[in-house]
This record gives sequence, C-alpha cells and structure tokens, in this order.
Amino acid sequence: MRLRKAAVTVPFTFNGVRYQGVPGETLAAALIANGVKLVARSFKYHRPRGVMGSGSEEPNALVTIGTGAQADPNVRATVQEVYEGLEAFSQNAWPSVKNDVMAVNDFAAPFLGAGFYYKTFMWPKAFWERVYEPIIRRAAGLGGLSEKADPDIYEKAFAFCDVLIVGAGPAGLMAAKVAAASGADVILAEEDTALGGRLLSEVEQIDGAPAIAWVRAVEAELRALPNVRIMTRTAVTGAYDQGTYGALERVGDFGPRREGLPRACFWRIAAKRTVLCAGSLERAIAFPNNDRPGVMMAGAVRAYVNRWGVAPGARVAVFGNNNDVQRTARDLEAAGIEVVAVLDSRTGVRVVDTAGRHALQSITVQEGDETRKIAVDCLAVTGGWNPTVHLTCHMNGRPVWDDAIASFVPSAGAVPNLVTAGACHGVFDTMGCLADAEQIAQAVIKNLGLKAVRVALPEADRAPYEIAPLWMVEGKGRKWIDFQNDVHVKDVRLAAQENFRSVEHMKRYTTQGMAPDQGKSSNVVALAVLADATGRGIPETGTTTFRPPFVPVPIAAMGAGSAGKGFAPERFTTSHKAAVDAGAPMIEAGLWYRPSYFPQAGETNWRQSCDREVNMVRAAVGIVDVSTLGKIDIQGPDAAALLDFVYANTFSTLKVGKVRYGIMLREDGHVLDDGTTARLGETHYVMTTTTAAAGLVMRHLEFVLQVLRPDLDAKVISVTEQWAQFGVAGPKSRDVINAIVDTPIDNDSFPYMGCGDVTVGGIAARLFRISFSGEAAYEIAVPARYGASLNAALLEEAEALGGGPYGMEALNVLRIEKGFITHAEIHGRVTAFDIGMGRMVSAKKDCVGQTMAAREGLVDENRAQLVGLKPVGAIKQLTAGAHLFEANAEPVRVNGQGYVTSVGFSPTLGTSLALGFLERGRARHGEVIRMVDHLRGLDAQVEVCDPVFFDPEGGRLRG
Amino acid sequence: MRINCPVCGERDLREFYYGGAALKRPAPDAGMAPWDDYVHLRENPAGQTRDLWHHESGCGAWLVVTRNTVTHAISDVVLAKEVAR
Repeated sequence: MRLRKAAVTVPFTFNGVRYQGVPGETLAAALIANGVKLVARSFKYHRPRGVMGSGSEEPNALVTIGTGAQADPNVRATVQEVYEGLEAFSQNAWPSVKNDVMAVNDFAAPFLGAGFYYKTFMWPKAFWERVYEPIIRRAAGLGGLSEKADPDIYEKAFAFCDVLIVGAGPAGLMAAKVAAASGADVILAEEDTALGGRLLSEVEQIDGAPAIAWVRAVEAELRALPNVRIMTRTAVTGAYDQGTYGALERVGDFGPRREGLPRACFWRIAAKRTVLCAGSLERAIAFPNNDRPGVMMAGAVRAYVNRWGVAPGARVAVFGNNNDVQRTARDLEAAGIEVVAVLDSRTGVRVVDTAGRHALQSITVQEGDETRKIAVDCLAVTGGWNPTVHLTCHMNGRPVWDDAIASFVPSAGAVPNLVTAGACHGVFDTMGCLADAEQIAQAVIKNLGLKAVRVALPEADRAPYEIAPLWMVEGKGRKWIDFQNDVHVKDVRLAAQENFRSVEHMKRYTTQGMAPDQGKSSNVVALAVLADATGRGIPETGTTTFRPPFVPVPIAAMGAGSAGKGFAPERFTTSHKAAVDAGAPMIEAGLWYRPSYFPQAGETNWRQSCDREVNMVRAAVGIVDVSTLGKIDIQGPDAAALLDFVYANTFSTLKVGKVRYGIMLREDGHVLDDGTTARLGETHYVMTTTTAAAGLVMRHLEFVLQVLRPDLDAKVISVTEQWAQFGVAGPKSRDVINAIVDTPIDNDSFPYMGCGDVTVGGIAARLFRISFSGEAAYEIAVPARYGASLNAALLEEAEALGGGPYGMEALNVLRIEKGFITHAEIHGRVTAFDIGMGRMVSAKKDCVGQTMAAREGLVDENRAQLVGLKPVGAIKQLTAGAHLFEANAEPVRVNGQGYVTSVGFSPTLGTSLALGFLERGRARHGEVIRMVDHLRGLDAQVEVCDPVFFDPEGGRLRG
Repeated sequence: MRINCPVCGERDLREFYYGGAALKRPAPDAGMAPWDDYVHLRENPAGQTRDLWHHESGCGAWLVVTRNTVTHAISDVVLAKEVAR
C-alpha cells in the first residue's frame, strides 16, 4: 500500500504479473506498495521469503532481471530501480514461487543440516560428480546464468583524488564539506541513488528543519564546487595497496537498455587519503521461524515508510533490543500504520514463534510465563547495528569488539591512509556523526599538508544508542541466522559440537556468510551463537575474514575492455589487405595475422597451394611479408659490445655492410631467441628477432643495458612497426630486386649475408641478402607507409617471372627442408649444444648464459639433439608432438628417447620430413627408429638423418 | 598496487612487468655455486624484499623496488641503472 499518492507510475512485471511502480523507487519498494510479500525461495530449503532489508545487504529478495542473454541473475530487489517495462523474476523456484516443488526439501530439513552433504554423499566415489553433484546443484541455488554470450557493454575507468570519501550519509557529507572547503580534490562515492544515507530514511531534524533539507543544501553546495566529484550509484568494493580502491558504478542498469550505454563501470580510484563513512548495517535476531515474508529489519521498515512512502504492513509489531524499537513504532504511528505490539527485549519480552505460510500472519510472544499470539502482517526486528567495517579489513585488518555498542568497530590504521568516521567509526547519533566527521576530516586535510578550513557544525539529533544484546531466542522451530544460505542456530551449534570451533571452520562447515551477501546482516549473530556454544566471549571468537568485493561485481565489469579483441588486439601488416583480397586464409602469429597460403583457381586444399608455392620458390621466385619479425635499432659507441654480451656469438667483428646469424641465451644457458643482425654502420646495428619473441627480446635488451651493463653506452628502440619488410626468395630473386631498386645490384656488390642502403623509386630502403628458404634470397625494407605499394610492385615483378606470393605453410616447408629452426625447436628447454650450435657460444667473451651453458648436464653427449627424420616404413605421415623410440622398444614413457617438433611434406623431395630431438641424435644418422603418436594412433618407422635435407652445401644460397 | 616511478611518478601496477629479485650478477669465473644462487635460488622473505620492475608500458626504465611482503608497503624505488653503477 502506498502512503502517498504517486504523481507518476510506470508498468513493470514481476513473475509475469503487471504492476505499477514509481520510476526510481526500488523494486522492493514497488513490490511492497503492490502488496507482494512472497518474492523468493531460499537457497537450500526453498522456504518462502520476502523482502527483509532496504539496501545492498538484502539477503532474501534476489531476483533475475530481464530475459534471454540479457538476463541478470541475483539482482537485489532492494537496489534495482523500477523503470517502465522492467521484467523481474523469482529464482530457485519451480513451477512458481508460490508452488515450489523443491519445497519438499523443507520437510526433509531434519536430515539436511550443516555437513549433510559431506556425511551422506560419500560413496561410491564415482557418484560424486556424475550423480550427487548435479542433483545437489539442481536442488540448491540462486539465480542461473543465461549460458549465452553477454551482449551488454561494460566499461572500466580510472580516477584520482586527494580524498576519497566512501558513503554520503551525514558523516560523509560533513567530511566532504570540510575537504572541499580546504581545497582538496574530492571524490564522494555513494552506493545509493541519492546522497543522505540514513537521513533519507529517518525522521530527524538538522538546524531545526527536516534533515533532508540539510542534505540537499550540502549537495547543492558540493556540486557547485569544481574540486568535488560526486559519484552516486557507485559502491566502493575493495581497498587495495597504495590507496587503490575498486568501485562499481551502476551506469545503465537502472533503466531500459540504451544503445551505447554501458550497464556498469568498474572504477579503480587512486586516493591519497580515504575517509570511510560507510555507516552501519542492522543485524537480525535469531528467533524461531524468523524468516517468514513480512519479518523485516526495523531500519528497512522505516526506510519503506519514511523514504519510499509504502507500508510494509497494516498491522505491524516491533521487536528488538535497542532504542530503535521505539523509533520504529513512533514513525509507523506517525505514518498512520497500526502498531499492534512494541516488544522491547530489554523488558524481558520475546518473540518465540511466527505463523503464516506465504506471508506472516501472527507472532507468538512470551512475557514471563505468559504466552500470547498476536495477529500481524509485518514484524520489524532490530538486533542492533554493526559498523560497516568491511573495507578496513581488506588488507588483513581485524575489527575490535566494543562492548558499549555490542559490536565490532574498525581497528585504526588497518588500511594505510584510511580513516573511518561516523557510524562505521562506532558513533551512532547524527550529531555525533557530524562532529566526528568534521574532526576526522580536519585531521586528514592537515595530514595531506593542506590548510584545514573550519566548517560550522549544524545542530542535529543526539538520540542515544542504548542496547542490551540479544542474539537469539530459544524455542521450537528453526532460528535463522544466514537467510541467504539457509543457516540456522542449530547448524552453528552442530559445528561447535563437531569441533569446528574456530569461526573460520564454523563458516566453512555451515556455509554461514558464504552467499553473495557475505553475511552482512548475519555474521555477528552467528559468531555470538558460536561464542555461546563454545563457552567463549565474542571478542575471543573473533570474526571471519572480510574480503572484497563489498557488493557483487559482474566479471564483465571487472574485465571490461579485455574481452575478445580487447584481450587480443589484432596487428596487421601493410600487405594484409592484399593477402585477404587474394583469398589467403589468415593465421595468428602472436597478435599478428599472416597469410597461410594463397589459393589459386582449381586448388581444393591447402596442400595443393602449399606444394605449388614451395616449388615456385625453388624454381622461380616468391614474395613473403616478414614485417612481423621484431626489428630493433641499436646505436651508440658500445652497440657492438652490447651485442657481444647478449648474443652467444660475436658481433663486434662483423664488418659494416654485413649480416650475421646469432643466437641469444637465457642466463640459465638455454636458447632465448635467434635471428640476424646487420651492421649498418660502425656504431649502428639493426637486429631482427622472431615474431613471437620481439617483445621479450626488447625487454631483455633494456634489462641488459640498465641492470647488467649500465656501463655500456648504447640505445635500443623497437622499429618493428616503422619498417615494412619483404622476403624475395628463389633463383630469380635478383631479377625482381633489380626491377625494383633504382641502381641494380649484382652478386659481388651484394653477396650472401651482405646488406646496405638502396633506393626504390627515390625512397630510401634497406636491402639484406639473407635467406630462410635456402634459396638465393633478399629482404627489402621500406618505411611502413610504402609497404603496401612495395608489396604490389614486388608481386607484379615476381608474377612476370613465374613467381608470386607465398604463405606461412610454404615458408614452413622451405625452412624444414633446410633444417632451419623456429620456436618449435627453440622451445625454452634446448641449448645451443642441442641444436648443433654449441661452438657458436664464444669462449672469448662473457655473454648472458655463457657460464651456465657450460654446465655438465647441458653439454652431455646423451642429451636429445636436433635431427632430421624421414619415413621409411609403410606409414608416411609424421606428426609434431609424436615421441621417438628405438626400433624394437616398447613405446612407453620410460623408453622415450625424443620427440618430433616440426613436420611438413616436401614437394622438393617427395616425402614427409620432420625435425625433432633425439638422444645422441647426431651420432645416430642412418639409424631407423620408431615414431609413435599415441594421441593420433600413429606408429611409423623413420630414419634419423641430418636436419639439412636439401642442398646441404648451400650452393643455392650463394648463387 | 602503485609504484612511484622516478621518471614518471606514481603509476598503476598494470604498467609494470615484474622482473624478479634484484640480485648482483656474479663474475663469469665466480664458480658454479654463486651462479646457481643467482639463477635458481631465491629468498621468500616475510618482510622486506627488493625486486626489479620494468616500467614497460611507461618510460621503459628498470626499477629496483624495496617493498614489504607482509604490509605491502613500498619503501623505496630507484632506477636500476643507478643501483648497478
């Protein structure tokens, strides 16, 4: 029922039934206004449940919003705002929330207590995952995922401030006033839609006017200031190192979806100082059957009546252990709601039972020896308030017990540069909160080195907080503690009885506080019951660990921008478009995309294209984009010394105008990367790395220059993106080059492993005589902006000579035929010795990895060494990843002697070829061994041979 | 976590690459034991530790960061180049 007539209402649906709500009010308020009491079924026992709270701590009223891929499960009805067309659904109930079949669990409750699963579903073991778990998962749970890709947009953002104020209740507003007036850069983050905190829900006066008027005035004042940023609907979810805070801003989820508007934004806020004004959370009392729809927190009842203008009931009783009992009764009466009983436990009165299946109908009250039943449709309960200490505990802080308020309060200094003020500091009256916050904020400002400006304190209510703890009431029936995870008093006692006496053990045994609400309204009650059951005090019992996030954060928001292409951005070469236009399937190489092969008319599978491209390179000429290889420009007087230190072989002896192949080691003696480096000038080199290791090598060079050898005067810079580079390979490669460059070259001016400057149409270019195919080959590099046109020109010239483009498949076959290695071979566990390059590790100079590469175990003749493999039996197929065994050995793990790393079909030699590693392989050329691929079921006879299958003398290279 | 890069100022963890413990590289002829220590053996202190961080998405500086593994407090950040000299 509404207490005030709403000016505007909009339709929404709950479980398919159409209702009217006021835009901006919470779904919970709208349901209460429409008399909907039963909103959910509980997690385990499927007990009927109604709205219990009025904020993000709500344990019961979890709903699913929306349908299909856009369905959001476990949304708290107390947070979700009503908008036109909102569709909300109950969860964990079938066929309906009213007639839920799984409610049979409730009748089996005596058998379903804490630890039930562990004790019951023990054997047979095979049933754990196949039978028991699916049944348990179906029976228990909250909302389900749509199992469809999330089509919604989420964002992430960073913010910086001098002072972050968490919570905009009286304390937060006062702290913001002080900090803002003092000139600090302030962020005021408030979880709610509006500023004011409890002042929105209480009937209080500030400076003789309704408190809300003061709230509005302060808000207007703060909004007018350039140094204050107010973030509503923003819950600060976690405190992290060096003043970093996580915060979830609900951006679009309070209204209908709008194109381009994200649902939520996950903020990372870096704050120099933080004032936590998070307020406090009301706790319940565990009395028998305290979970019926209509039993609510007293503070929530006041919020619905005072803030939202809806009546949670027509006949309301109030039960509690502190002054809020009277406050609640007063507000209800003022709103014209009948208060049928005021039950202050401090007078000895107790609620010992309730009745009503889908909604509360009566309560049973005991006073002395007398028991009476009272017909009510709502019971407001208050067990006192817990300061919201959560954020203060996110960095291992433990709250401390304060007897005066029968609650845990934050321990000072638990989070560096964070202080608490107001209710979360244990100050519960409004005047106290304002004064506390003013004082704390002054100190924070001074601590920041700013001049603190005094701000006049308004006059506010000083209602004292008086409490006589009452945690539970004995009696027949279950006394619920954790409503969201269905934990009751008996479960906690059972945990203690079975010796799970530590609060952390009790938590895990009973699942107390492990639901999405993390026991916000129940943890302290649970540990009070545990303390009682174990004969200890509450302070000794202690609390469980509070961990982020304070409220649930969608993974989609936390990972915003990092899905799909945000996770793996695409890098395209300058020839990308031409390759795609030619119909080449593109394959990923790190973040790069490279053409696999270039299909021609009539070719029906990749092998046909690949074979043709290999033959084309061997017979005429092929063009390949090699721009993805890392290119690092190295300059300085000590450039040569740097290279000598990072490469195992020597580069200081390389002549200007020459290129040399080099291998780099890790400090542990294994191969890091390989590639060629050209000496362009006395103090100028350009290094190429493999595509995969470009970033790694760049980082390594900086490490060497800054950490290991700061004495070296050299600079390195990545120029991978700046140069487009193309391989031109084959017997006609020089013809193509000479058709392109402005001044023709010959074998004398550009011999094998030569390099130098050339011009192409007047454009400065670099030419390298290097080969990854075994053919006479060049690589020509131009500034990247000319890449696409150079590619087109090269292809035109090549095609005129019977050549054309070739892709990664052909490149791979060409290099396997020549025994050239890639990261398939230098996979991190091989040494220069293993790949037959042991003698390249110069003994005349120090280099990274030199000392450790000499270790006995790394130069042992019995190590697996690089070999070539050719099929010689009936099975002609070779596979990478297959294992190698002696010809007559049983193919089991202990007999393994090596493995295959690369395979390809060589059209040049008409056979499959493989590279691999085999124990003592270099001494076993000619031996026939066994290749077994257990995964693919292959068993082939192979001959061990030299890894260079084609043109071992290298005559073609130099031609 | 935020690291105060001497070149760029305080920056978020995401800009940095962790480079392991800050150790002194032994001389090539120091013998196997110091080399084994340098390459393989690491302390795992509950308390103060010195590690290398590379401001890879920033200025490219390698830093020596002194921090406490218990409190997570960072007490010192210097350029590795200056430490090594």
